[in-house]
Amino acid sequence: MLLTQVSVPQVSVPFSPEQASTFAPHVDALYAYLLLITIFFSVTITLLLIVFAVKYRRRQPDEVPRPISGSMVLEVSWTVIPLLIAMTIFVWGASTYFKAYRVPHQAMEVYVVAKQWMWKFQHQTGQREINELHVPVGARVKLTMTTEDVIHSLYVPAFRIKQDVVPGRYTQLWFEATKTGSFYLFCAEYCGTNHSGMGGHVIVMEPTAYEQWLAGGAGAESAAAQGQKLFQERGCASCHQTEPAGQQGRGPTLYGLFGNQQAIEGDGKVTVDESYIRESILDPQAKLALGFQPIMPTFRGQLSEEQILQLIAYIRSLGQPAAGEPGGTTMQGGSSGGTTTGPTTGGASPIEQRSNPLAPTSPRQGSASPQLPPRAGQGGAANANRRQ
Amino acid sequence: MSNQTAATGARAHEWRSRFPTVNYLNADYGIKSWLLTRDHKRIALLYLVSVTFFFLIGGAYAGAIRLELLTPQSDLVQAQTYNKLFTHHGIMMVFFFLIPSIPATLGNFLVPMMIGAKDLAFPRINLLSWYIYMLGGVLTFAALLFGGVDTGWTFYVPYSTNFSNTYVVLAGLGIFINGFSSILTGLNFIVTIHTMRAPGMTWFRLPLFIWSTYATSLIFILGTPVIAITILLIALERLAHVGIFDPALGGDPVLFQHMFWFYSHPAVYIMILPAMGVVSELIATHTRKPIFGYSFVAFSSLAIAIFGFLVWGHHLFVSSQSVYAGMIFSLISFVVAIPSAVKVFNWTATLYKGSISYDAPMLYAFAFIGLFTIGGLTGVMLAALGFDVHVTDTYFVVAHFHYIMVGGAMMGYLGGLHNWWPKITGRMYPEGWARFAALVVFVGFNLTFFPQFLLGYMGMPRRYAAYPADQPIWQVLHVMSTAGASILGIGLLIPGVYFLWSMRYGRFASANPWPATGLEWRTPSPPPTENFAVTPVVTWEAYEFRPVEEMRVIGPGESAEQVAGVHPQVDQT
Amino acid sequence: MATNAEAIEQEGHAPESAHTALAHQFDNLEQQREAGTLGMWVFIAQEVMFFGGLFLAYLIYRMKYPEAFMAASNHLNWTIGTFNTTVLITSSLTMALAVWATQAGRAPKIQVAFMLATVLLGLTFLSVKAYEYHEKYVDGLIPIAGWFNPNREILSHIPANVTLGQYQMFFWLYFAMTGLHALHMIVGVGIITPIIYWAWRGRYTPEYHAPVENFGLYWHFVDIIWIFLFPLLYLLGAHFGKH
Repeated sequence: MLLTQVSVPQVSVPFSPEQASTFAPHVDALYAYLLLITIFFSVTITLLLIVFAVKYRRRQPDEVPRPISGSMVLEVSWTVIPLLIAMTIFVWGASTYFKAYRVPHQAMEVYVVAKQWMWKFQHQTGQREINELHVPVGARVKLTMTTEDVIHSLYVPAFRIKQDVVPGRYTQLWFEATKTGSFYLFCAEYCGTNHSGMGGHVIVMEPTAYEQWLAGGAGAESAAAQGQKLFQERGCASCHQTEPAGQQGRGPTLYGLFGNQQAIEGDGKVTVDESYIRESILDPQAKLALGFQPIMPTFRGQLSEEQILQLIAYIRSLGQPAAGEPGGTTMQGGSSGGTTTGPTTGGASPIEQRSNPLAPTSPRQGSASPQLPPRAGQGGAANANRRQ
Repeated sequence: MSNQTAATGARAHEWRSRFPTVNYLNADYGIKSWLLTRDHKRIALLYLVSVTFFFLIGGAYAGAIRLELLTPQSDLVQAQTYNKLFTHHGIMMVFFFLIPSIPATLGNFLVPMMIGAKDLAFPRINLLSWYIYMLGGVLTFAALLFGGVDTGWTFYVPYSTNFSNTYVVLAGLGIFINGFSSILTGLNFIVTIHTMRAPGMTWFRLPLFIWSTYATSLIFILGTPVIAITILLIALERLAHVGIFDPALGGDPVLFQHMFWFYSHPAVYIMILPAMGVVSELIATHTRKPIFGYSFVAFSSLAIAIFGFLVWGHHLFVSSQSVYAGMIFSLISFVVAIPSAVKVFNWTATLYKGSISYDAPMLYAFAFIGLFTIGGLTGVMLAALGFDVHVTDTYFVVAHFHYIMVGGAMMGYLGGLHNWWPKITGRMYPEGWARFAALVVFVGFNLTFFPQFLLGYMGMPRRYAAYPADQPIWQVLHVMSTAGASILGIGLLIPGVYFLWSMRYGRFASANPWPATGLEWRTPSPPPTENFAVTPVVTWEAYEFRPVEEMRVIGPGESAEQVAGVHPQVDQT
Repeated sequence: MATNAEAIEQEGHAPESAHTALAHQFDNLEQQREAGTLGMWVFIAQEVMFFGGLFLAYLIYRMKYPEAFMAASNHLNWTIGTFNTTVLITSSLTMALAVWATQAGRAPKIQVAFMLATVLLGLTFLSVKAYEYHEKYVDGLIPIAGWFNPNREILSHIPANVTLGQYQMFFWLYFAMTGLHALHMIVGVGIITPIIYWAWRGRYTPEYHAPVENFGLYWHFVDIIWIFLFPLLYLLGAHFGKH
C-alpha cells in the first residue's frame, strides 16, 4: 500500500501502448518491476547453464563425477527468497487491482450494452453511440455494463483496463482519461464469429470539445427522461409512487430509494443498486420488498437491456439532489423515503461496497485527488446534463 | 491361420537374425498382436503413433492460424473459419496431444520398467484406455471434419450452449470419453507405483520421473472427472436446455468457468509435471550425477499437484468474480510457483561439477530449463492481479502458456523420446541430425512466441482473426511469429524423419548406451516382453553412478548382444 | 514382500504361479489382491470427484434458491424414498455377507444366495426409482425445455417468490444426481452377474476372492452416495413442513 501512495514513477517500457489513463502508469510501473525480476532470474539461470555447460563439459567418455546430494541451506534459501519476492509482487499487484476495481463515487455514468458484435453506449444525457465512446479528458467515467447474449469483455489497452460483461448481471468499470485522442477499444472475451470485429474507439476530448459534441447530439433525451417515458408507458406508475409525498402505492415508493437499504421478505436487507432494480424488474419476487404483495408481473423478455438501464437511470434520478451541486450525490446521498432505512451509499456498486472497509488506505482517495484536481470539464459535463 | 503363422514365422526368423534377442517387438507379429496386446511397452507405442497423429493435425491447424495472421485483415480464411482453426488447434493439442503425450507414451513404457515390474497392475485396463482414447479422438476429429467447432477449447457458456451452431456436443462427447482414458491411465500408474515396486525399490529410491508421474496421476484421478461432468452439463444444456448455466433460468454462466478451470488449470500441471520428471532423468543421466536435492524435487511435484487444485480462480480475475476471491487465488498462485522454482534451481545446481554431455536429450533439457524459466516467470507476472487485468485474454497469455506447453512439455517430450529411443527401438538415432534439429526447434520456438509477449502487452487480444492495420509494429511482430512457426515446424519434422530412418538403419543400441542408472537400462534394448529376466533387487540409491561394468544387465546375460533368451534358466553369473 | 521376491529370484519362478487366478504381471496373489483393492479405492476417489461436480452445483443453487428447493423437494415422496433407502442399505448388508461368505470359505450356494439377494434388492430399488420417474413424468416435472410443464395442482403449491426456472433447476439436479446414481446401480448389477457365475462354479476361496471384495467396495460406495442424496433431495422440504 505504501508503494502506491508514493507518486507513481513515470516509467515507459518499450513495446507498451500509450498511457492514457490515471491507471496506466500504475500498471506500467508494476510491469517494470515484474520485468526486472523476470529478467534477473532468467538471465541468471541462463548464464549459470552456459557457464556450467562449458566448464563441466564431459572430457573423458567414461568419467564419473563425484556425487553431490544437496544442501539444506541452499534449498531453504531458494525456497524462502523467491517466496518473499513473490509476496512483494502479490501486494503490489493486489493494490493496483483494487485501484482498478474501486469504482469512485463521483463519476460520469455511461451505460454499456454489449451484443454480438457491437458495443452500445448510452450517456446519461441520452446520446447513444455504437462502437465509439466519447468522453472528456480528466473526468472519471463509470461504465455499468451488461450484455444481451454471450460473455464479452471490454478492453481499452491505452487505459490498461478490462472487465468481462456477463449476461444476467451488471459489471462495472471506471477510468479517468489523461490524454485526448482516439484509443482502441476491444472485445477481449471470445464471443463468436465476428469477435475480432467487435471493437472501436474511445475518443477522449477536451472538455469544451466534448460539450460541443454533446450539443451536436441535441434532441436526444436524457437516459432518465427516456426511462420516465417507459415508466409511464409500461404502467409502472400505477403502482409505484415517484413523489416524496402522497400515498404508498401497491408497490414501494421509488422516490429517493436508490442507494438506500431496502428491507425484504424473509430476512435481511439489500442495497438498492443497479443489480437489485434489474432483478426486481425481471424477477420481481426474488427479493420482495417487505410489506408488499407479490403481485408485480415479470418484465423478462419485454424490456431490452437498454430499456432496463434507462429505467434504472430514471429511478436513480428520483429524489437525488441535483447532480453537480457542491457535495454532489455521493457524500450524503438522498433523503430516506418510503420503506427504506439506513444510510445511503450513493451509487454504490457491490464491488465498491466490498472495497469500502479498505477506504482509509485507498490511494485513490488519498493521493489521486490532490494530484489531479478535477478539471472544469467534469462539472461542465454534469451541468450540460442538467440543462437538457 | 496356419498360413499366416508360417508367413509371420518366416518374418520372425528374418528379424531375429537382425536382432539377436527375443524382445517385445519381435516376440509376436501381425496387426492382431498389436491391437490386442497387453504389454505396456506395445501400448506405449500404440499411444506414440496416435499421439503423433493428433499432434500433426493440431500442428496443421497452428500453421493455418499463423498464415492467416500474416496480414491484418482476415483474408486467407474468413473469421468463422479462423475461429474454428484455433478451436481445433486447442482441442487437438490440449486433449489429444499434450495431456496424454508423456504419461501415455513414455509413462506407459517406463513406469513398470523403472520400478522393476513386469507390467502395469492392470494391463487390460491399460489397453482399454488406449481404445477409449482412440474412440474419443476419432469422435472429436469427426466433429471437426464434419463442420467443426467454434467455441474455443474453453467452451465458455453461454456461447457454447445457446449460441454456437457447430458440433459442440459431438466434440464434447469425444473429450468426455477421452477423459476416462486419462482416469484409467492414472489409476493404473498409482496402483502400480504403490504395489508393484521391486524388492528394495523404496519410495526414495524411485527415479524422479516416477514421482512426477505419480503426482500427475493424482491430478488425472481427481481433476478429470470434474471436466467430464462439466462437459456433460454443456451437452445437456444444449440438448435439453435445463438452464444450469443460463441466467434467464436462474443459472450462472460464471459457475461454468469455475468448474472448467478447476480441471483445466491442474491440466496444465498434467502437461508440465511429466516433462519435469523427464528432465530430471535427462539431467541426471547426461551429467552423471544424482539430482541435487532429490527429496525437494520429489516433494515439489506433489506440492504442485496439490496446490495446483487451489488456483483455478486466477483465470477469472476480470470475470466479475469477487475481488477478495481474486486476492486469495492470486496469493495461492504465487505459492504454487515456488515448487517449480525449487526444481529449476536444483536442476541448475545438479550441473555443477558434473560431466555434462551435449547429446541431443541434454540439449532439450537445457532448452527446457531456459524456456520453462521464462514461461514460469511470466506466469508469476500473470498472477499479479493488477497486471493481469491488462494482459489477460491477450497474446501475452498465449505466449506464456506456449512457453510452458511447447517450451516446457514439448521439449521434455522430445528430450525423453531421444533419451529412451535406444531402449524403445534398440537403435540409436543419428546424433548429429538430432543436435541440429534441437537447435532449429529452439530458435524457431523463440522466434514464434517471444514476439507474442510484446504483442500482448501492446494490447492485441487473443482469438482475433483480424487486427488493426494502422499499427505496423503489430504486423511486424506477427510476421516474425509466423516465420518462427515455419522454422519450428521444420525443426519438428526432422526428428520424425530420422526416427523413422533409424528404426531400420540406425546403429544397434547396447542395453545402456548413455549409460544411465535406471532399472530400465539394466535389461536388454529393446527389452523382453516381461521386462526383466529375473525380478531385480534394488540395493542402491537413485542415480548412483558407478563404473559401467557395474551397471550391466540384471540377470543371466552380460550385455544385450549376449543375452540369447529371456528365460532365467541359464545362470552365467 | 521383499522376502517373497527374493525367494522368487532364488528359485527363478514364483511358487504360487500355479494358481490359475494369478495374472502374469504379479509376483503373488497377495500383491494382486493389494493392487486390486487399491485400484478400487482410487476408482472410488475418482467417482467422488465425478459426483462432486453435481453436488457442487446442488450446493450453489440450494444456497441461492432455498425456498424453491424446499418447495420443489415436497414433490418427492419421502415415504418411497425411505423405503428405497432401507432396500439399499439391506442390499449393502447382503453384499457384506457375500464377501464374508467367500472370505470364510462358505459353500458356493451360500455365496450365491447372498449375491442374488443383493441383486434382487438392487433391482427393487431401480424399479421403485423407475416408478418415481414415471410419477414425475405424469406430473410434468421432467426438466427439459418445453416438457417442463407442472400440472395445475402443483403450480398452485409453488410459492410466489419462486420462479418456474428455479423450480426446474431442482428437478434437473434431482434427475441428474439420481440418474447418475441409478446408472451406477445398473452397472453394478451388470458387473456382479459374472461374479455370481464364478461363485457358483466355486472359484472364490479364502485365498482368492478379490473380485467379490472389490465389487463389495463399489456397491457400498454407490450405497453411500444414496445416503447423501436422500436427505439432500427428499428430506429437505419435509423438514421445513409442507406449504
